[in-house]
Amino acid sequence: MRDVAVVGFAQSPSVRREDSRNEVEMLMPVVEEVLAESGMGREDIGFTVSGSCDYLAGVPFSFVSALDAVGAWPPIQESHVEMDGAFALYEAWVRLQHGDVDTALVYAFGKSSPGSLRDLMALQLDPYCLAPLWPDAISLAALQARVLLDSGRITEADMAAVAARSRRDARDNPKAQVSGDRPAETLLEEPYLVAPLRLHDCPPVSDGAAAVVLAAGDAARRTSARPAWIRGIDHRIEPQALGVRDLAHSPSTARAAQVAGAGRGPVDVAELHAPFSHQELILREAIGIDGGVAVNPSGGALAANPMMVAGLIRVGEAARRIHDGSAGRALAHATSGPCLQQNLVCVLEA
Amino acid sequence: MSQVASEPVTAVETPIRLQYRYTAGHATTRFLRALTEGRLLGQRCPRCRKVYVPPRGSCPTCGVPTDEEVPLADRGIVTSFCIVNVPFVGHAIEMPYVAASVLLDGADITFQHLVQEIPAAEVRMGMRIEAVWAPREEWGPSLENIRHFRPTGEPDAAFEAYKEHL
Repeated sequence: MRDVAVVGFAQSPSVRREDSRNEVEMLMPVVEEVLAESGMGREDIGFTVSGSCDYLAGVPFSFVSALDAVGAWPPIQESHVEMDGAFALYEAWVRLQHGDVDTALVYAFGKSSPGSLRDLMALQLDPYCLAPLWPDAISLAALQARVLLDSGRITEADMAAVAARSRRDARDNPKAQVSGDRPAETLLEEPYLVAPLRLHDCPPVSDGAAAVVLAAGDAARRTSARPAWIRGIDHRIEPQALGVRDLAHSPSTARAAQVAGAGRGPVDVAELHAPFSHQELILREAIGIDGGVAVNPSGGALAANPMMVAGLIRVGEAARRIHDGSAGRALAHATSGPCLQQNLVCVLEA
Repeated sequence: MSQVASEPVTAVETPIRLQYRYTAGHATTRFLRALTEGRLLGQRCPRCRKVYVPPRGSCPTCGVPTDEEVPLADRGIVTSFCIVNVPFVGHAIEMPYVAASVLLDGADITFQHLVQEIPAAEVRMGMRIEAVWAPREEWGPSLENIRHFRPTGEPDAAFEAYKEHL
């Protein structure tokens, strides 16, 4: 395997509504910033890959027009996943294993504000028997939380504790959308949104963009004083039908973490893509994260959840803590699909 | 009953309707606003100096923001065209009609519009044309404010003037 590292990361602030900027305008400063941080020009990038979803803003082929933000001339090597940018990063990592190019630009963008996010997410379900019933995203997450609570492994107070900690940590993250310092006990006094979920158990609806630069071997050492080396990366998927899955566990995360080598040593920090509070508890168990690990010091997806972006942000945030020396080994997780259907785990080391 | 039960299901109806609020973006918003005043607005790339219309806020070849705005004339040349003989649903234009690539004076990329007030067979590359605007009271944030383009009668542009745009 070729050594590949994250050498640059940039993200836009996550906001409820990007009213005047379109996706390209949102993305351009982020791409510019990540290239500057990586000390590269566009001509230094060997492979470009993005993650986004046309359904969000209702703009067909928006990933093609997004190329205006990177300047696809002379013609570039490019690819796209209709998924979170973390899965685009996986493709970039695979692409760099080929050995003929040394650098990759990965970016992701998502504007959820133009439409009704919780409704349109129903369209990722089985189109014949489930999607026509329009089960909204929050209701499906609530179903999963209910299963988990009924299993007796967690309480609503555990969920509120995750939300309170995420909001508290988000106060130090200028890119976060939601923050606060209310203790878990007072959060529990709030009414249910979709029982057993309260508002704080759910992610904000966000508009945002992020970008990462990967570099292999010497190219990484040249551009970064402290590259965040990808020591393991894997993603696994579970069946589409929710009824055949064990929603209270995440075997796909557990398997991906195992293949990525998460357990081969202690991690200092873990950035988990858990849009709903109870999902962090499922993921912690699946990966085997103990109490000593700093989980989502950025505030996580409960503080900022741009669709198709929040997973890539997890990788970027984890890498950033290696870049700045505050972590020696970090874990990043990204998810896709309803109720943690597909999961990616990435282990980064200094 | 048994016959129905054995028939394969070949179609299900699952109506889907999603409503969106479109964000034109800074550049396109300014272009569309200018159109409501009867003006055409392009943007110049700071690096390659090309002028884009409609502007999208970035240079797609350089990948940099295009901040400098450039007012453009409502006249230019036909760089290329086709004669449409096939009607399609919802179209009210008389057949045959000409869909042309229009290069406005001062712009570096073409956009598509109609060429009328001339028999289709007489439209040619390099032909000088000007915009025919809809009545002012019909103007909105749309390129439909220009009904079509028509010949100005000026001499045709030399091939050299537009060969980069073919």
